[in-house]
Amino acid sequence: MKQEKKRIYLRAALALAAILAVLLALDNLSFVPSMLLTVLRKGAIYALVAVSMNLLNGFTGLFSLGQAGFMLLGAYTYAILTIPAAAQKSIYQRYANGGIGFSIPELLSKPLGGLGLLLGVVFCLALAGFIAALFAFLIGLPVLKLKSDYLAIATLGFAEIIRAAVVYEGFGPLTNGSNLLYGFTSFSSFSLHLGSVTLRLETVMPFLFSGICIGIILLLIHSTYGRAFKAIRDDEIAAEAMGINLASHKRMSFIISSFFAGISGAMLAMYQASVQATTFKSSMTYEILLIVVIGGIGSVSGSVIASFLFIASSEWLLRFLDNETYIGGFRLPLLRSGFRMVVFSIIIMIVVLFFRKGIMGDRELFQKKPASAARTAKKEVRSK
Amino acid sequence: MAAKFLPYLLAGISVGGQYALIAIGYTMVYGILRLINFAHGDIFTVAGFMMVYATASLPLAVSIPLVVIATVLLGMGVEKIAYKPLRTAPRMSVMISAIGMSYLLQNLMWYATGGLAKQYPALPWISDTVTVLGCQTKRVTVITPFLVVVLVVILVTLIQKTRMGMAMRAASRDFETAQLMGIRINNVISFTFAVGSFLAAIGSMMYFSNYTAVTPTVGAMPGLKAFVAAVFGGIGSIPGAVIGGFLIGICESLIKGAGATTFSDAFTFALLIVVLAVKPTGLFSENLTEKV
Repeated sequence: MKQEKKRIYLRAALALAAILAVLLALDNLSFVPSMLLTVLRKGAIYALVAVSMNLLNGFTGLFSLGQAGFMLLGAYTYAILTIPAAAQKSIYQRYANGGIGFSIPELLSKPLGGLGLLLGVVFCLALAGFIAALFAFLIGLPVLKLKSDYLAIATLGFAEIIRAAVVYEGFGPLTNGSNLLYGFTSFSSFSLHLGSVTLRLETVMPFLFSGICIGIILLLIHSTYGRAFKAIRDDEIAAEAMGINLASHKRMSFIISSFFAGISGAMLAMYQASVQATTFKSSMTYEILLIVVIGGIGSVSGSVIASFLFIASSEWLLRFLDNETYIGGFRLPLLRSGFRMVVFSIIIMIVVLFFRKGIMGDRELFQKKPASAARTAKKEVRSK
Repeated sequence: MAAKFLPYLLAGISVGGQYALIAIGYTMVYGILRLINFAHGDIFTVAGFMMVYATASLPLAVSIPLVVIATVLLGMGVEKIAYKPLRTAPRMSVMISAIGMSYLLQNLMWYATGGLAKQYPALPWISDTVTVLGCQTKRVTVITPFLVVVLVVILVTLIQKTRMGMAMRAASRDFETAQLMGIRINNVISFTFAVGSFLAAIGSMMYFSNYTAVTPTVGAMPGLKAFVAAVFGGIGSIPGAVIGGFLIGICESLIKGAGATTFSDAFTFALLIVVLAVKPTGLFSENLTEKV
């Protein structure tokens, strides 16, 4: 069994390395359409937040709608910590003592160079996750006792409270009130110097970070904790009877999910190169929820596939629906600004109503077939 | 001091009445289907837009009933399309469908209007300016609470005295048994959505007479707040929803008056979390089943 696990990890690492190599090529070849890169970058970030939501909604059966709030916390934490000290004065111009006066990637990259930058960013991403997790712990105390739709509406309300609090003038010196935060370390800050050649890593980095985080979530799902989560989802009373502590497992799932939502929020900030509270509205949570539903509630690979599909069709493939198009002298009816989103939401409604299992249902992409699993189990028994 | 807060108090009572009208729609649907109808706030907004377009080409006497009827049909249509096929599905699926429907309605409105804010027409008489106790306000501010009380009395009478009302009470008490007793559950549900949408249409006329810019997402916030009002009053209870609506409207408006506008939205949701944590059944709840 141990050897098999090793083989699986090795394969996963090789697959991630191969994907990163392809992306490195895409990043640095001039003929690659920039839209493709946009889709890949944003898709990777949405994949992480969708998987984190799936951990909570799909695997633990807690219907929470607070994702946008935790992303906002992560994004702000990251942005505040990484704005270069020199730029803080002009960014926080409305507040006399604005900014924290230092920037973690800057501090680390001075003595350590490129490695320091990477370390600093990783540290700030982790901190973004921890802040989101801390708030999840606090809000979880009163809220996690609630069931289904009450939990949903309470977490949604929490996200709105966070959004209102961030723009509060009193926090202005830290959050810049309702103004943009910008100028911090983004994905385009990363590059690889090989001799005289400089390779861009703008698409590689989000994939690397997302890949590692999703890998950790996968490990968690396949651990005893993950099995406990699924047991709670399937039947709370039975799970409790089997000795699973409901409160602590629910709290754990909520905190871990928020941790990764915080990281993905920070990555979204890196991707957009600016942060503003108004982006993290409840409609953002709805979009992520719809991605999870399209991918299949309870399927990690489904969420990943659906994120890329969702971003690709909303950012790229369906763009033509927004443009007025003429064939000869004939103007195609209906096509004008906004039609893309209408078609898109109709597709979503069709999935929600008629294909309730989504793309993957609760299966995974590279799942062992049940028959072969049974066979290996038999083999193990025999070898014993 | 009192003179300074009076305008805010008046505005609060008015906006509270409008929340109450929306909240009734939430609470009735929740009472029967155990579903948060996320699309309700958007139905309220659609009613606003329809009024803008209707008054552009029709006289008011025609456009007001037309908008009300169209809103009622829309509400019933949403139920038929998005909720009826999922009657036996898990509650989570129905809620996701409601969120999807809200997304669809918002995008449709964006498409239809080009995403620009529209100016709500001034309704004669109710949009006029009047002076109450020395402060100027629109007449709608004064009328709203009375109108709400009248509508609620009519609604409660309807629910207590008519056959349809009896069927609604039965369905909200026990959905399955009501079906076994020969109640046509689909008719009851359609009727519930019709009443909810009717009140939302009236509420939207009141609301947009005060806040005249209509945008596709303008209804999301009042919608959520009305839901909080419904939870606060005890979901399933109509008087509870009304009292919750007024209370939230007044508190919110007074907070704005005290100069903490950023926190007026946050207050509502903090109230929700506190209510759910302390007394999850709300002030006037009738049934105690599976909330916590």
